[in-house]
Amino acid sequence: MIKHHPKFELIQSFVNGDLPASLSAAIAIHADMCPKCQQQIAQLTDQVAEVSFEEAFLDRFIIDEQEEVECIDEKHTDISNIDEMIAQITQFDDIHSIEPNIEKTIQLNNKTYILPTALNSMSLGKTLHLGKLARSRIQLNENEIHTSLLHIEPGGGVPQHTHKGFELTLLLDGSFSDERGEYVKGDFIMLDGTHTHNPVSEQGCLCYTVANDALHFTQGINKLLNPIGSFIY
Amino acid sequence: MQPNLLSNVTNATPSRMSEKIDHPQLCQWLDAVANSRDKKAFTQLFHFFAPKIQRIARNKFPNEAQASEVVQETMSNVWRKAHLFNADKGAATTWVYTVMRNVTFDMLRKIKGNREDNLSDDIWPIAESMASEDEPFEDHLENKQLLTVIEKLPEVQQQVVKGFYFMEMSQEQLAVHLNLPLGTIKSRLRLALAKLKVQLGEEHD
Repeated sequence: MIKHHPKFELIQSFVNGDLPASLSAAIAIHADMCPKCQQQIAQLTDQVAEVSFEEAFLDRFIIDEQEEVECIDEKHTDISNIDEMIAQITQFDDIHSIEPNIEKTIQLNNKTYILPTALNSMSLGKTLHLGKLARSRIQLNENEIHTSLLHIEPGGGVPQHTHKGFELTLLLDGSFSDERGEYVKGDFIMLDGTHTHNPVSEQGCLCYTVANDALHFTQGINKLLNPIGSFIY
Repeated sequence: MQPNLLSNVTNATPSRMSEKIDHPQLCQWLDAVANSRDKKAFTQLFHFFAPKIQRIARNKFPNEAQASEVVQETMSNVWRKAHLFNADKGAATTWVYTVMRNVTFDMLRKIKGNREDNLSDDIWPIAESMASEDEPFEDHLENKQLLTVIEKLPEVQQQVVKGFYFMEMSQEQLAVHLNLPLGTIKSRLRLALAKLKVQLGEEHD
């Protein structure tokens, strides 16, 4: 069962469209697997939509009756060429047809995974391997924010590390565990610099990861690995 | 499978239903655009939404021209994608909000120099609502009570509700069966559900 969810502030920013694509996609993917968050997002979107279109409305005019909706005239708005814009938009009769969803897949360590639809239009970099880890960078061009698909083969793990910024791990398939417990498909695990962990996957797993800084390995010999911290996330 | 009644009640009308926004009217305009490419209905929608979109966009974009682009793009999507709106899954305001938020998101990504990749419709699909189905409705007592509440509805609304939920006819089938425009079926269903929600809400208190 999914135990880790995005916190409310994140969901709120997601609904407002204020998060970067990397995190927006993460929440969309999580919500696809988590009815509880999906419900919360739906309700919040209803509310935000209602308030957006209502407040702006009230600021301009108060309507008592429906008829008055039709009386709204151009001088109340900031758009100078309303009729022109309407004519321009409605001159074409074509309707938008949605292409059938083609499932996009990725093959990592000889296993094929179907990618979540939120990632359908994103381009993936070539897969790099390091021991039991395989990583493909998702090219979102979000500066210091790096987004990847990370595959851990059964028995693999990431040495104990911490983060200077944040690290989000969203489990797409399989499971892994760390000092805090076991994580399953759909879990949305957000960590920051105060956390140290050492995730290990017995059965193997595929994760969607977002981090805004390289990992920082903290223990003994692993400190030598620090140059590859940027490889993983 | 038919969506269950209770989830539709919650989804068809926002939880804080406003007195100020005439939701059935907005839905009717959207349906008219979708079903008969009705330019008058579109003009009404434009007058309702465009100034608000412009104002909301002004908070996210540095200049008026970009805000106007959001209006143009959003309303143009409303015109071209109205058939993807499903009144059973959410309010018209929610749908237009989604269209606007997606346009804004992709434009901001473009402006910030990330990429021109139009990711928003994958992240927030506009063809289906995000709303999930509630637990299956299987309480018989509840069902019986529901029926008595439904019988209090005006006859024309009863027909639609019973046909849709008990006989599991589609809205299109009902339109043919009752010889009414699809938009009428949809708005009757919506009105009926709004009433049921009030009724059931009261009786549960």
